[in-house]
Amino acid sequence: MTHRNRQLVVSALARVEGEGALDIVVADGEVTGTRLRIYEPPRFFEAFLRGRQFTEVTDITSRICGICPVAYQTSAWRAIEDACGISVGPRIEALRRLLYCGEWISSHALHIYLLHAPDFLGYPDVVAMARDHRAAAERGLALKKAGNAILEAVGGRAIHPVNPRVGGFYRAPTAADLAPLARTLERAMDDAMATAAWVAGFSYPDAEISGDLVAVHDPDRYPIEGDQVATSSGLVFGAADFSRHVTEHQVPHSTALYATLDGGMYLTGPLARYALAAGRLSPAARQAAALAGLGPVCRNPFRSIAVRAVETVYAVEEALRIIAEYDRPDPSFVPAEPAAGTGHGLSEAPRGLLYHRYQLAADGTVEAAVIIPPTSQNQAAIEADLRGVVAANLDLDDAALTTMCERVIRNYDPCISCAAHFLDLRIERR
Amino acid sequence: MTVTTGPASPPPSLAVWKFASCDGCQLTLLDCEDELLALASRVRFAAFTEASSAVLPGPYDLSLVEGSITTADDAERIRQVREQSRFLVTIGACATAGGIQALRNFADVAEFRAAVYASPQYIDTLATSTPVSAHVPVDFELRGCPIDKGQLLELITALLAGRKPDIPDASVCTECKRRGLTCVMVADGTPCLGPVTQAGCGALCPAVRRGCYGCFGPVTGANVPGLIPHLHRCGMPPGKVDLVLSTFNAAAPAFAAARQEKDTP
Repeated sequence: MTHRNRQLVVSALARVEGEGALDIVVADGEVTGTRLRIYEPPRFFEAFLRGRQFTEVTDITSRICGICPVAYQTSAWRAIEDACGISVGPRIEALRRLLYCGEWISSHALHIYLLHAPDFLGYPDVVAMARDHRAAAERGLALKKAGNAILEAVGGRAIHPVNPRVGGFYRAPTAADLAPLARTLERAMDDAMATAAWVAGFSYPDAEISGDLVAVHDPDRYPIEGDQVATSSGLVFGAADFSRHVTEHQVPHSTALYATLDGGMYLTGPLARYALAAGRLSPAARQAAALAGLGPVCRNPFRSIAVRAVETVYAVEEALRIIAEYDRPDPSFVPAEPAAGTGHGLSEAPRGLLYHRYQLAADGTVEAAVIIPPTSQNQAAIEADLRGVVAANLDLDDAALTTMCERVIRNYDPCISCAAHFLDLRIERR
Repeated sequence: MTVTTGPASPPPSLAVWKFASCDGCQLTLLDCEDELLALASRVRFAAFTEASSAVLPGPYDLSLVEGSITTADDAERIRQVREQSRFLVTIGACATAGGIQALRNFADVAEFRAAVYASPQYIDTLATSTPVSAHVPVDFELRGCPIDKGQLLELITALLAGRKPDIPDASVCTECKRRGLTCVMVADGTPCLGPVTQAGCGALCPAVRRGCYGCFGPVTGANVPGLIPHLHRCGMPPGKVDLVLSTFNAAAPAFAAARQEKDTP
């Protein structure tokens, strides 16, 4: 073995959201350390949410992540409406799902074309990629724009939407407001199908992750929001039992708070959703899965780009369905009366499961807040994957191995801005 | 004020830096879907780690800075960014006013730390979240949580052309009037921070019949104490006025000074 003792350091991970670093230690030919280090400074959301009014939480938590603000708003309003015993009804629920589809399309297009595809085609970024693959880059940007068009039409703004509120929306769009969106989405459907065909031509390293796959469970539909969680080992439990199954603990040598499910490592995100709910995909999305060469389950994280392409097709088709069946909610929101109690909220951010819990006082003041973002839950799985990849590729030189490790991390579309507020940031002082 | 270079020189270099923030303001640059590739032919994206794994060494003609300063390391890093930047523009409420994480400035940061982290002694953080201008000279500030895409493009275009960016220093009320929106306060009795908030969003909240919640921060010369009795008359009690002034621009002096309880919330 030529590289028996070595240390690889990536001081700033590129093409991920937020600020992270990677340390790998190899001693005597064994991988002794893999640390996905989070140096994104903590912002203390769970601390300053205490004392806020229950109606403010969706606006505040959206600021945790500029890439997936709708996920933060959705898990928050679901938790708060759960605590207050509010049910918004099918028309508001449909409009909310449409909004979330916009975020899936926009975030997935961002990741597929701007962050992930350059790895497969050998470019540092989309600008360089566009010099040789102009049509693909333009297709990706058009798809991303279609997602943002939904966010703007329904949410009032693409980043940190202003229209959603606890109980519904400030103003529900009219059918006429949504008509141009349908035309945009019909074009986006072609682009999304072309994306699935495009990524099918990429060359994928062999890899397979172990561990439980975990996603929101919706018995009727592909999971975006829901009240239950399902696992690939066959467990189904309600949102209120989330913290009974998922616990966070510290590992002395690590920078992260590790979330485990009943004591075991697990993965959330596109691979988990697809494995657990591929049978509930729409017809076009199933066709896209065939185009992308996916079987019923995919455990190769490099192929997550293909699953994202399939989910993009699903989100476009689902958005078109909702617009076609749109029945404008009137009034646009259910008035929310505060109630003392605890509520739980679950939804599927593009990069994985997002859990919120709030304890409210009788006047609607937040007494306690717990937020468990997807990247915090996926951290252990990412590090385990890194250990395996490093061990299997010790013959690569440092530069090639480092590049491979960065690719492994990007496979998970980690959102470090989200996670940093919840992961333990350690300074090692010797 | 210009970042233009001579005809024979390479295009001006653009760097994007992140401090404590949500990524949303730099995402706004990638959200310029129609303009991104054209922009890339006019400027070199020299350092933009969210979008590229190729990072060129400084100096940089234009640095866009997202996020607030909350650690000792970041206080040093922003000085290095300034040294390497001909022109430094802060993008968004965090970089310009300290962001929502500046709520710690009015609280006990040790208690915050213990509330979130099991081993608070390992968390490296300053007691305050401060804007970039508290550390280094800033050439221009773009407001908003997040910034507006149109304003970002206007800023970059103006700097490339060597002219002053057309970023109006006016209140959200002027945007409501321009859009022909009925005043939510007068017509609906909805409390609204529009009269004291910097324009730039395009009056997004009043457009959905919601009162402005101030995410672009106070406009120059904002008379916040003058607005507060109107907020009360619209049914917003003093405690809630303090809360609405304690969000994404909580540490902006005009908002902080107007709160009844100075350590709200």
